Amino acid sequence: MNWLTNFIPPKLKALVARKEAPENLWLKCPACEQMLFHRDLDANQQVCNHCGHHLRVRPLQRLPHLFDGGKYEVHTVPKPIVDPLKFRDQKRYIDRLKEAQSQAGPGGDGIVVASGQMEGQPAVVAIFDFGFMGGSMGMAVGEGVVTAARIAVQKKAPLILFSASGGARMQEGILSLMQMPRTTIAVREVKEAGLPYIVVLTDPTTGGVTASLAMLGDIHIAEPGSLIGFSGQRVTQAAIRETPPPDFQRAEFQYKHGMVDLVVHRHELRKTLARITAILMKRPAAEAA
Amino acid sequence: MPTYLDFEKPIADLEGKIAELRHQGSGDSAGIDIADEVAKLQAKVERQIRTTYTKLTAWQRVQVARHPERPHAKHYIAGLVEEFTPLAGDRGFAEDAAIMGGLGRIAGRPAMIIGQEKGDDTESRVKHNFGMVKPEGYRKAQRLMQLADRFGLPVVTFVDTAGAYPGIDAEERGQGEAIARSIEVCLDLRVPLVSLVIGEGGSGGAIAIAAANRVLMMEHSVYSVITPEGCASILWRSAEKAQEAAEAMRMTSDDLKKLAICDEIVPEPVGGAHRDPAAAVKAAGDAIARHLADLENLDGDTVRRARRDKFLAMGQVGL
Repeated sequence: MNWLTNFIPPKLKALVARKEAPENLWLKCPACEQMLFHRDLDANQQVCNHCGHHLRVRPLQRLPHLFDGGKYEVHTVPKPIVDPLKFRDQKRYIDRLKEAQSQAGPGGDGIVVASGQMEGQPAVVAIFDFGFMGGSMGMAVGEGVVTAARIAVQKKAPLILFSASGGARMQEGILSLMQMPRTTIAVREVKEAGLPYIVVLTDPTTGGVTASLAMLGDIHIAEPGSLIGFSGQRVTQAAIRETPPPDFQRAEFQYKHGMVDLVVHRHELRKTLARITAILMKRPAAEAA
Repeated sequence: MPTYLDFEKPIADLEGKIAELRHQGSGDSAGIDIADEVAKLQAKVERQIRTTYTKLTAWQRVQVARHPERPHAKHYIAGLVEEFTPLAGDRGFAEDAAIMGGLGRIAGRPAMIIGQEKGDDTESRVKHNFGMVKPEGYRKAQRLMQLADRFGLPVVTFVDTAGAYPGIDAEERGQGEAIARSIEVCLDLRVPLVSLVIGEGGSGGAIAIAAANRVLMMEHSVYSVITPEGCASILWRSAEKAQEAAEAMRMTSDDLKKLAICDEIVPEPVGGAHRDPAAAVKAAGDAIARHLADLENLDGDTVRRARRDKFLAMGQVGL
């Protein structure tokens, strides 16, 4: 309170008064609840400066950190049929899609395919976008994986998948389930071409994505604290009527149970990926950057 | 006492009347009149069954697919597989009775048979975990499929599960990985793989053994990405909307045939497989034999390529 706020009548005050912390500039860490300034978060690749919690990121936030000089090429993915079942729940699927697409990244659905150099090594990446309808895997996402796999084979480059998904896109019914075998074939063809297929499991990776392409990597890397599992926690709780342990389905739990090779901090991802793929491809080590 | 579904009430009433008449008739000498009446009612009940079953809604199909007296994998195996020799275990952790598997001869051909079994009374349901397969079950299926591959035997799978088991122990042993690997093994096989959905094709739990050259469905079976109850509780935020979810997801054999997911619908006896299990099993056997014969002369690379191409091409037709 100062003389100004006391003096000016309420209507005028609304015009003059400064809003409280404008939206999006400050964010509360979901783990330690400290306030984080957006520039600090961006500089730190969306990792909390206080507790190291890895916040969820969208593909466009991740891409610049993966490739040398922040340079990469985004590949277009052929468009499948839209809304094949004319699905409607409380809302029409086509309307939900349009709404999600208004804030989508390149590609216009739940996955972005890109390629570039990682510490001097060529690599193709496919990154799920959890921000697009929960990263759910429908036909467009499946097509993205198929496309990424074909580009990897064409370029003779490793395929790196960043998974983040609630599972199948229910609004596409059985056709979303069929993305499990479709993507399995796609990554199988990368492996058969003698190329590495590396999966980076990020928060959260569940359902049909876990039960297909995300668990078929030559190497599984997980970001710390990520939720990784097959069944949703509510389903598990309902099925067994007991509360799961606190680290249930977290990256560290999956590491302990042998499903993940390495748990790697987001800052170390590019170097780790480049080192592993270079060894697998019998290429000389990247020069120290 | 047979089990009647809620929409079968008129059928139940008629069949109840017939039973009553028969009971009366067995006592006195008015047998002829009663026989006449019974025959009339019998004709009526048959008409009633036919009209009811020609216009089943998606939700009613789900109910029929889950009917407790519907033939299960063990009945198909008993009826169709000669010299069935069950094989057990994943060699790493355990035997999982939710997956039956073994060697045998189907339509005269040596083959590997794998099926999800739900059980049909309390004891057997517990034994088979209600058809909900655990990771060790999928790893057993992988082992059997790879064994078949090594000896050039075609694989036939019977699909019937509400979904893979979602417990903590299943998660600890890598349910996701087990399903993923099982799909991969299906797609790698250089021998023919024919799958028949006999009841419920429940999501990842089903596709794990159904990424096949030919996917057949019994007329009243269903196949979907999630149970209608699950879909309703997520998208409608109420499990009570399961009927709407069943319609919206397009999970009946007719819809899946139109979407080119199902290659052939095996017709069921009037009133569903549970009214005449032997006839249903026989119809299934004929269809399986035809598809196996169709695939048997293809070499390993061709049969695998054809399977992969089929799945890659999916999604080119909508409804």
